[in-house]
Amino acid sequence: MIALLKLSARNLMRYRRRTLLTAILIAVGVIALLLFVATAGSFKQVMVGGITDSMLGHLQIHHKGYTASIDNLPLNLDLKPAAINKVDAILKSEAAIASYSKRVKLGAMFSNFNESTSIRLNGVDPVAEDATVPTLRQRISDGTSTGLLVEPGQILIPALLAKGMKVKVGDSIVLVATNASGSVNGKNFIVRGVLEAVTGPGGRDGYIHIDDARDLLRLEQPDIMEIAIRLKNMDQLSDVNDQLSQKLSQILNKEDKPVTELHSWKELSPFANIVKMIDMMTLFIRIMLVTIVMVSVLNVMLMAVYERIREIGTLAAIGTQPNTIMGMFIGEGLLLGLVGAVAGILLSLAILALLQVVPISFAFGREVITLHPTLSIIDITWVLVAALLVSILASLQPAWRASRMDPIKALHHI
Amino acid sequence: MMLIQARKLSKNYYIGEIENMALENVSFSVEAGAFAAIVGPSGSGKSTLLNLIGALDHPSSGELQVCATQISTLSRTEAAKFRGDNIGFIFQDFNLIPVLTVFENVEYPLLMVRNWPAEKRRERVMQVLAAVGMVEQAEKNPDQISGGQKQRVAVARALVGEPKLVLADEPTANLDHDTAYRIINLMKQMRDDFGTTFLFSTHDPKIMLEAEQTFVLEDGRLSVTGGAL
Repeated sequence: MIALLKLSARNLMRYRRRTLLTAILIAVGVIALLLFVATAGSFKQVMVGGITDSMLGHLQIHHKGYTASIDNLPLNLDLKPAAINKVDAILKSEAAIASYSKRVKLGAMFSNFNESTSIRLNGVDPVAEDATVPTLRQRISDGTSTGLLVEPGQILIPALLAKGMKVKVGDSIVLVATNASGSVNGKNFIVRGVLEAVTGPGGRDGYIHIDDARDLLRLEQPDIMEIAIRLKNMDQLSDVNDQLSQKLSQILNKEDKPVTELHSWKELSPFANIVKMIDMMTLFIRIMLVTIVMVSVLNVMLMAVYERIREIGTLAAIGTQPNTIMGMFIGEGLLLGLVGAVAGILLSLAILALLQVVPISFAFGREVITLHPTLSIIDITWVLVAALLVSILASLQPAWRASRMDPIKALHHI
Repeated sequence: MMLIQARKLSKNYYIGEIENMALENVSFSVEAGAFAAIVGPSGSGKSTLLNLIGALDHPSSGELQVCATQISTLSRTEAAKFRGDNIGFIFQDFNLIPVLTVFENVEYPLLMVRNWPAEKRRERVMQVLAAVGMVEQAEKNPDQISGGQKQRVAVARALVGEPKLVLADEPTANLDHDTAYRIINLMKQMRDDFGTTFLFSTHDPKIMLEAEQTFVLEDGRLSVTGGAL
């Protein structure tokens, strides 16, 4: 086997320029794929992280039908204490859950005493919210980001609203909300901080303390509209989603119908579709790499067989078995793919190391995103294995042709 | 002991619908240890006959026994094994592998065909290189040696696997006269040293005189069979 590969390597070096050019072509394909996978992966990570860690959480529980009309922030589709207690018991028994935060969601009028506008609000328990969406605090661009996320009587307002209403940190504002029975209630708040917007639903919401939200809505019971859940490991999302769905479906109302609905961030954020598109583009680029390797190796191997017909005849005449001749040419294709893929991987890693020092930053909507692209062992292994398999596949036909050659015709080939 | 026995051997080719009789009812035998030549003008069927004996081709009819094996019906794989075990080839154009050194060219049949262990291979290769006077060129590439030296290497490669029979198709055709003589004498010397049977084809009248047994082919028919001319 080693002797066969050694001979294959010598044969590859016979046409140095052609081998080099083909290896470079394969390497460029590998670099293009790996850099795309790394940057797209980093982009996904930043975006998904931004959405789940600063706003949505990984999973959310609502009253049945709430998500369908979430734009209206319905007050009548809230979870009552009896259901909340059962959900609490389920969530506390699930080891994969790191934390969860109960929210009261409402729409209100926001007034700076001169003018007013509408605002979407989340009433949150600051400790639970902090644990569930830990980077929400990092979105506070103006105001203190230490201490409790939001204290009673305080409000975090979205940046656009602060700018539009000319409101600063420390200013006093009034929130006026209509409760489920139709009566109106108002309450004064001090602006604690200004929040940078993030992409997706809830990305431009304000935050107040959950007790203030209940006061504003004059809730007589500790009802909630949403429970955001953070998992210890996001890779377990699908499994936990299935398990929780199954358990939550057993919480029934008087009509024996499920009280709650469970959604993952993918179902709540339109960015999930962008992720799908990125994955699709990655697939196309993978197909392009396979094609580049296939065509390059096939071309080189066809040329190699054509140029060495007499030599193949000689090898066959002196007793070389057809399988050995086939192995010799497959070995050439394999080595060509290996050299190109390894060179491409090494160069990709070098470029990625450089990108850690000089990261890519660009504006995505109103956000500035900084990418730190990295590659996983799985990505690198995939590229290496794919390049080698495709190289072998591309060599098969020329190698088969060489091994089946009539020695007499081959020896007399001019 | 007869090494080659051919009985009513025929080989015809079709070019389009036209039948071309390359060999017709050829019968002959060659004893082990012979130094024999197949002679005749170009197109007389010399190469076809050597190809049949070397299990590179199948006869259209007749029987052919080489090294105690009926080779007419061997499959591609069986024929390759038969050649590797029993026959050495010397070609008119030397046919050395350009990416291998002289040593590696001679070593090739032992490594890739016979799978001998490294130490045994090295010993045998050096032995045959010494026999053909090419030890000093062992590390050179084929493009660094002369035509005569290339053919010496080809002789060494043919002999390295200790074959019972060496077939040489016009081994001196691409060599000048002096070199051609030296190669023929080298082949004869090898026959004497290793007891290997040599059967070569030539159309050079002076070279054919060196053979101890001669078969004359004319238009695919064996016209003269016998001893030295």
